[in-house]
Amino acid sequence: MSAVILFTAVSLSQMLLACAMAIASIRMFRGPRAQDRIIGLDTLYINAMLLLVTFGIGTGRVIYFEAALVIGMIGFVATVALAKFLMRGEVIE
Amino acid sequence: MMQATADLPLWAAMLVSLFLLIGASLALIGAVGFLRLPTFYERLHAPTLGTSWGIGGVMLASMIFFTVTSQRLVIHEILIGIFVTVTTPVTFMLLARAALHRDRVAKNGKAPAKQDGP
Repeated sequence: MSAVILFTAVSLSQMLLACAMAIASIRMFRGPRAQDRIIGLDTLYINAMLLLVTFGIGTGRVIYFEAALVIGMIGFVATVALAKFLMRGEVIE
Repeated sequence: MMQATADLPLWAAMLVSLFLLIGASLALIGAVGFLRLPTFYERLHAPTLGTSWGIGGVMLASMIFFTVTSQRLVIHEILIGIFVTVTTPVTFMLLARAALHRDRVAKNGKAPAKQDGP
């Protein structure tokens, strides 16, 4: 019984998160200006991180947590570098 | 997969499912708002739904699940939660500043007006 509940919830949240990733990538490709694309990328990696943690709950393995942590850190650095590039025109002055 | 989840008690399964669905639907709502809001400065607010309670719900579900299945306290997911909670305002402030700078330089009338004093 509990396995059925858990399986249903995990599948449903994977579908919801996949929809969220699709919507974020629509905005990333369509976004009128560069800052919209950067926020689309930010939303995309946050949702990918949530999807990885959900995979970890579904399979019961801890390895997905580490992948999610790495995605979070690298995504933060990427977004900050892109924002800095928008503001100044170069990343390191 | 079935070995890991079969011995989960019912209350834990329901709690994990509840938090998981809350987190995933908040992330989806944030993404939809991000697609539909008209201007950039309004769009900036929507994804923070996913980065506050979206992350919180999914990480709470993961913590409860691994704590119950491995029968010891597993709270390393809180690392991701703290990290994202700290970095999201930094990122979005930087992006808003960059967009404001670009709009003011381009003088396209999209930038909000400057306000004097509090």
